[in-house]
Amino acid sequence: MTLDIQTIEPSALHAEMLRLRQEKKMDFLVNLIGMDWGEEGLGVIYMLESTETGETLTIKTATTDRQTPYIDSVSDIWQIANIYEREVYDFYGIRFLNHPDMRRIFLREDWVGYPLRKDDKTAEENPLRMTDEPLSDTTTEYYRDADGTIKEKKNVVWGPDEYVVNVGPQHPSTHGVLHMRASLDGETVKKIGLVLGYIHRGIEKISESLTYPQMLALTDRLDYFSAMQNRHALCMCIEKAIGLEVSPRVQYIRTIMDELQRIASHCIYYACMTMDTGALTAFFYTFREREELCKIFEDNFGGRLIMNYNTIGGVMYDIQPDFAKRVKEFSKHLRARFHEYQDIYTGNVIAEQRMKGVGCISNADAISLGITGPAGRASGWHNDVRKRHPYALYDQLKFREIVREEGDTNARHWNRMDEMLESLNIVDQLIDNIPAGDIQTKRKPIVKLPEGDYYQAVESSRGEFGVFIESKGDKSPYRVHYRSSSLPLANAMDTATRGQKFADLIAIGASMDFVIPDIDR
Amino acid sequence: MALIGKPKIKSIPYEEFKDNESLEKMIDELNAHGTNVIVTTADKLINWGRSNSLWPMNFGTSCCAIELMAMGAARFDMARFGFEVTRTSPRQADLILVCGTITYKMAPVLKRLYDQMADPKYVIAIGGCTISGGPFTKSYHVLMGVDKILPVDVYVPGCPPRPEAFYYGMMQLQRKMKIENFFGTVNHKDKDLHKTEAKALEKKIINQEEQA
Repeated sequence: MTLDIQTIEPSALHAEMLRLRQEKKMDFLVNLIGMDWGEEGLGVIYMLESTETGETLTIKTATTDRQTPYIDSVSDIWQIANIYEREVYDFYGIRFLNHPDMRRIFLREDWVGYPLRKDDKTAEENPLRMTDEPLSDTTTEYYRDADGTIKEKKNVVWGPDEYVVNVGPQHPSTHGVLHMRASLDGETVKKIGLVLGYIHRGIEKISESLTYPQMLALTDRLDYFSAMQNRHALCMCIEKAIGLEVSPRVQYIRTIMDELQRIASHCIYYACMTMDTGALTAFFYTFREREELCKIFEDNFGGRLIMNYNTIGGVMYDIQPDFAKRVKEFSKHLRARFHEYQDIYTGNVIAEQRMKGVGCISNADAISLGITGPAGRASGWHNDVRKRHPYALYDQLKFREIVREEGDTNARHWNRMDEMLESLNIVDQLIDNIPAGDIQTKRKPIVKLPEGDYYQAVESSRGEFGVFIESKGDKSPYRVHYRSSSLPLANAMDTATRGQKFADLIAIGASMDFVIPDIDR
Repeated sequence: MALIGKPKIKSIPYEEFKDNESLEKMIDELNAHGTNVIVTTADKLINWGRSNSLWPMNFGTSCCAIELMAMGAARFDMARFGFEVTRTSPRQADLILVCGTITYKMAPVLKRLYDQMADPKYVIAIGGCTISGGPFTKSYHVLMGVDKILPVDVYVPGCPPRPEAFYYGMMQLQRKMKIENFFGTVNHKDKDLHKTEAKALEKKIINQEEQA
């Protein structure tokens, strides 16, 4: 969709945001995007949504001071803003007033410059540093005092008496290269701090120098378990911007593939969850089913994990003649396997005790922390993008939005299990009536988006995945931002694990099911 | 109980040890009488054992690590080749499988993990990112090839490579190991830049101490 952006002066920002939160009930901060508009200055785009009315609002603010840009923080209004603002500080050097923790989050603390600024010269100033990475225990807070001058003070993040244990960056149960610093009191977790960026590949910056068709390849590599949905989001965003219609056949194929991808992803979730809690046998059960899916994927478009399937205006290849037959076989096969998963893992009293009542997140916290997807729906928040902002064929389909109220590890686990069944139901509704038609709508070889801002969200395997594009009318985007579905999940670890046992941190992390390259981008 | 007489062991003349023909003749004789004898060199025996029980350290940062997981599962089953004992501690691993993009922030960590591994150690670079930066060559934060910091033995291209490609790469490493001389010169160590650097530094320090 095309975004209609309201501009607010930085001086009035905080009061206006507070008013929107309280009066218009804008309680979900979808996105907080750092921007560099050149002469207009550095700024931020806020995307807000009300969970009650479904109303959306986009606001931007900018400051012309490039040396020491200051903007008021909104981290006291939405909890998720805390980490988003640190990201903007890291990439654009915008300092947020009254933000308690202005440290870099993705890049090393001794990094010079701000890489996403248009005038930045990172390559010369930042050679490969093989020294140990500095990790400071204190941080700076900027604030405006009574007479309007900006001052700074030191905040202590990790006190000298705190017992801090590092989990990661190379740790098998962080599902990648996440680095969590956990402050412990005996065996109880007091606080978690995230150190991100071990797989920060700068995809957003690279995309600015690529043409639109070239950009597509990188989305598959963000959250590789949602490769299909990610690319679907980007393709849809571009198609809607240039007014390209795709044929019903493509819509059917895309919807089926998205759901098959979701099943494959949740299969891996189950395998990782069981492995992290020590049930190695169960790992093989869902991997067996995933391989069946992979065989279907391989035969239809060659890829097993990274598909490179969607294109602007269609899909890369037509489906094989036996596709429908094989998917139906798979659907039957998988439905008959759910009792095995229950028998070997969730029916076990050990698994139950490690999951029930552990790592609770309240509904208000889930919304404020922006936890979407199955994890957010476990806290009773109806946040399915397929229902909120239907795309592809989802408005014509009958399916249930899986929501639970408990907010614990168990609820998150069962949400995913139920979603697999629900995805099968969706696939079964579509598979028999795929219409004939073109798989690729004709378009010009060079894609140019009209000037403006565009946003498109999809329900990826682990929550809302969004693509934001600002175009100046060129063949490459001026700014691309991906709303990561995993970043809020990792950020929520602090809330979920406080007061829990250290061993449960692993189980809670597994139930969140974050994918690190999606966090770091 | 009948006493079993002591077998009379004929001494073999020294020259015959070096003569393959007479050894082979002796083995044939023994085999014909139903005795199981194999003659090989110690190097071959050790390399046979080492190459068939490789313990990899799974250093997965992104997509390729998932294909590694698939390798561990039933369809591809890496236990067939003796690779199934994946370790997450560098102290217990023979080789490091670098699966996925290595960034500037990760590079010192990876280097440290490699240094913690015990000799003899091997590196397999898996996927386009570890070989050359892959699709992220324009990035400001991606290491363009893991061979800039580690001595790589085998490269496995792909994005991500199929499990079959993983196997091909790991079997290439097995072949490489089978021609090594375990006793005496180990050809692998020679190209370890890090080691030669460390040795040069050591020499320099000793020289300085001597001069002082």
